[in-house]
Amino acid sequence: MGVKLLLDKAHVPGIRTYDVYRREGGYRSVEKALKEMNPESIVEEVKKSGLRGRGGAGFPAGMKWSFIAKPEGVPRHLVCNADESEPGTFKDRYLMEFLPHLLLEGLIVSSFALGSNDTYIYIRGEYAWITDILEEAIKEAHANGWLGKNILGTGFDCAIHVQRGAGAYICGEETALIESLEGNRGNPRIKPPFPAIQGVWQRPTVVNNVETLASIGPIINMGGDEYAKIGVGRSTGTKLISACGNINKPGVYEIDMTISVEDFIYSDEFCGGIANGKKLKACIPGGSSVPILPANLLLKTAKGETRYMNYESLSDGGFATGSMMGSGGFIVLDEDQCIVKNTYTLARFYRHESCGQCSPCREGTGWMEKILQKIETGKGSMSDIDLLWDIQRKIEGNTICPLGDAAAWPVAAAIRHFRDEFEWHINNPDLSQTSNFGLQHYADPIHVPA
Amino acid sequence: MLCVQSIEKKRFYMSIQFNEQQMTECKRLVARYPEGKQKSALLPVLHLAQESFDGWLSTETMDYVASVLSIEPIEVYEVASFYSMYNLKPVGQFVFEVCQTGPCMISGSDNIITYIQQQLDIKPGETTKDGIFTLKLVECLGACGYAPMMQVGKIYKEHLTKEKVDAIITEYRSQAAAKN
Amino acid sequence: MSEQILFKVTIDNITIEVPAGTTILQAARKIGGTVAPPAMCYYSKLQGSGGKCRTCLVEVAKGSEKDPRPMPKLVASCRTTVMDGMEVKNITSDKVIDARAGVVEFLLLNHPLDCPICDQAGECHLQDLSFEHGKSETRYEFQRRTFKKHDLGKNIQLHMTRCILCYRCVFTADQLTNKRVHGILDRGDHAEIATHIEKSLDNEFIGNVIDVCPVGALTDKTFRFKNRVWFLKPMDAHRDCPTCSGRVTLWNRGDEVYRVTARKDEWGEIEDTPDGKPGWICNTCRFDKKETSDWVIEGPRAISRQSVIAQGHYAGNVGMTKPTETFKAVNGGRTPHLLLDIHDESEVNQSQIHLGKIHGPAHGDTFNNKIENA
Ligand SMILES: Cc1cc2nc3c(=O)[nH]c(=O)nc-3n(C[C@H](O)[C@H](O)[C@H](O)COP(=O)(O)O)c2cc1C
Ligand code: SF4
Ligand code: SF4
Ligand code: FES
Ligand code: FES
Repeated sequence: MGVKLLLDKAHVPGIRTYDVYRREGGYRSVEKALKEMNPESIVEEVKKSGLRGRGGAGFPAGMKWSFIAKPEGVPRHLVCNADESEPGTFKDRYLMEFLPHLLLEGLIVSSFALGSNDTYIYIRGEYAWITDILEEAIKEAHANGWLGKNILGTGFDCAIHVQRGAGAYICGEETALIESLEGNRGNPRIKPPFPAIQGVWQRPTVVNNVETLASIGPIINMGGDEYAKIGVGRSTGTKLISACGNINKPGVYEIDMTISVEDFIYSDEFCGGIANGKKLKACIPGGSSVPILPANLLLKTAKGETRYMNYESLSDGGFATGSMMGSGGFIVLDEDQCIVKNTYTLARFYRHESCGQCSPCREGTGWMEKILQKIETGKGSMSDIDLLWDIQRKIEGNTICPLGDAAAWPVAAAIRHFRDEFEWHINNPDLSQTSNFGLQHYADPIHVPA
Repeated sequence: MLCVQSIEKKRFYMSIQFNEQQMTECKRLVARYPEGKQKSALLPVLHLAQESFDGWLSTETMDYVASVLSIEPIEVYEVASFYSMYNLKPVGQFVFEVCQTGPCMISGSDNIITYIQQQLDIKPGETTKDGIFTLKLVECLGACGYAPMMQVGKIYKEHLTKEKVDAIITEYRSQAAAKN
Repeated sequence: MSEQILFKVTIDNITIEVPAGTTILQAARKIGGTVAPPAMCYYSKLQGSGGKCRTCLVEVAKGSEKDPRPMPKLVASCRTTVMDGMEVKNITSDKVIDARAGVVEFLLLNHPLDCPICDQAGECHLQDLSFEHGKSETRYEFQRRTFKKHDLGKNIQLHMTRCILCYRCVFTADQLTNKRVHGILDRGDHAEIATHIEKSLDNEFIGNVIDVCPVGALTDKTFRFKNRVWFLKPMDAHRDCPTCSGRVTLWNRGDEVYRVTARKDEWGEIEDTPDGKPGWICNTCRFDKKETSDWVIEGPRAISRQSVIAQGHYAGNVGMTKPTETFKAVNGGRTPHLLLDIHDESEVNQSQIHLGKIHGPAHGDTFNNKIENA
């Protein structure tokens, strides 16, 4: 059993309500932070904790906070990124749905640390019912003096507002999110200036993921040093993993980052093994944007070492033989899944979600989708594979925001590791419409009892 | 709020307008943003308008929203056409938005989509003749672990099976019948 | 004047000093020639422009004197400011050449390549760009995106299929007029310039969108198809205009004014007036003053870029007799790499042949022969 900092109370009946949450020890970190600490010492504590952004990029949260500009007389804002739209990711939803007050607690402490009197939660538009849950929780927190004017008599004022998006993955990118919050199209901004200098309404802004902010409460309660002792290396604390696909127990799990990928997939505490007695073929370990890995490279690194569920180990081997922790969306594919089709649906997703601002992404994503569809429907030719490779290469790194990279990487990784499956599709146009390439040499090295 | 007052004067020229309660909600939304930044309320106000006026945003509705927020109509069109949740064409009473992205696909969303098409006798993007159902294929809705899934209005319907789809269709048919 | 801080920057091995805050693109333009990266979306007179098309990508081999690390990715030179001691590679970088060829391919992917019937031909930045940086054949085998063309009022036509979504016209309407009625609708590869409902663009300064458009997406209806620009002679002229500076370029054939535009500098941007303001012109000057007598002619306009327009200054009585030169001759012997894929009938070439019947992609020569043989 690993440590649980976020979800330890998730199963307490009624934890969603203020009374139960408070009775279980909630809001202690707000008392501690506002009464015993000052903004600088909170930032210091977060730095010590080694907490890395949970939205995908893994940027150290304390460091990000220390960058915020503090010009005289200009309000600053904290914005919580609850846009969660990366395929395979549904952990923030779980947190907000079951533990809304845990997020609010983190938000209040963080707002105090950053000097944000108006803090915004930008939530994806489809999570309408969660918006209601959050609004309700905010009302409760207000009624109990945790929000509003002069909180706990410290002179600190704070309001939290929930803004619903309206269906656009790109609004998860922090500058697109800021544009959207201002009521504009979700076109990412060209950086610099960075949000910490000029963010929402040109004011200094920090954007953090839901899980990042929810971790602040526990960090303040236990102290940054203690938090940093959990986990390994630069992967400190606990991480939520949303597991989905062909596994026995899809769901949201909190792990400390010392567990191996193999244990995570096969142990009953977590995914519970591959569903229907099938074998593992491949896995996208950190949300659809990160490189897909075949079973053999997922469980062991290229050097033959055990791969662990943490930032460093998942990216061991770089893009050639590794992947990324990303947003923690763990997508498992069994032997019956077609890599070409999977890649095609992801390419379609990125084409659909491109904001259309810059030419490589706007035009390239659509082109890749069309070629993949062609291969998938048995009309591809061998040169299409090289063309795909060339297109993704020309998108990657050449766009305004990382969505271009996010669209390129899955295609690159699929070709890198599963080229023979693409070729099989092309060489067997009819057969590939009715049957499946199967496992071939990606064979799951783990013995599965019949 | 200055902007809302000036609108109220204009209101009676229009056939589309928020009622008292909707106007109060609209003012609450605008008040969340700094003075003069009322455009920030555009997304939530468009949601409100879509809910209030038949589930879609007509040009008239968008023009009305522009006047409520004191912005140019083109700014509203630009935003409304960017986000996939705003319907710029009329839709049925219940919109089935079925997720088709990778994780749902590997969990069998294709079969569910085909089954819904058969049951409702419409293709994606179409509305049933009786105007009750619209079928839309959408990209990941953040329910990948509970796939296959679809969204109907504010509600997520997860772990879909053929039987569940049948039950859902029956449920909404009777809701529609009760309304009429 | 307070002392300006100067930064030393080296671009393609040429070093110059520029004031702090200068972008790499502006610095490169100071050096000029091929050192200046192509820019399809940036427009120095429009605030917020740039960063979108990605044609101006350059490699920063050395960040600055203080922090000499190279930048990990290519950067958009139009939106990146120089640092002291920065070293930039434009055409001396293989990475840049490769990426730029990619960008050109992306920009042309859905472009109709209907240059023979496009008003912008000859002064189209996309045409220049693909001559200089592109490849001659397309690898795109799918149906191109199409849009209906429509009018934006009585003077401006929108040919959305040609648009490269540079956003310049949107910035122009935002910054020059008090009420923007057109904008970008939809998103991703469906994004388009439109008014949503039929509306005309009729602000006094809206005509400037024609001048900022780098391609033939926004064209002057009072000029359309009357002539190819390279047969016209550009003249600087002015009039006493109550609305704008009244300083324009007239595009004449003989004594006839075929078209009026603002004066453009060597980067294709609107020139400043002597008092240092951008020389935007009003609609009256642009669309309504089509008589030589409306204007005080200053003299021929020097077209400094290596543009095909420059080829129009051939000796002789321009405009008095019908030119007989072939496109190739006019074009300095350069055979245009026009990838014809035309599903439209040309008004220029009179419809002896249905252009849709030509199987594209075809070479410029093929096209000419077919016309003659038809
Ligand atoms: C295309 C794109 C989509 C993103 N989507 C999300 C998202 O849904 N949720 C999120 O928290 N971060 C998302 N991010 C990352 C954010 O830009 C940003 O890095 C993050 O919110 C910072 O928070 P953190 O430091 O706490 O992780 C996305 C980034 C990109 C490029
Ligand atoms: S990379 Fe794609 S999503 Fe990002 S700014 Fe460019 S077009 Fe928009
Ligand atoms: S119409 Fe012209 S100026 Fe406007 S965005 Fe398109 S290419 Fe740019
Ligand atoms: S892929 Fe369907 S909800 Fe995520
Ligand atoms: S000119 Fe720099 S990106 Fe377009």
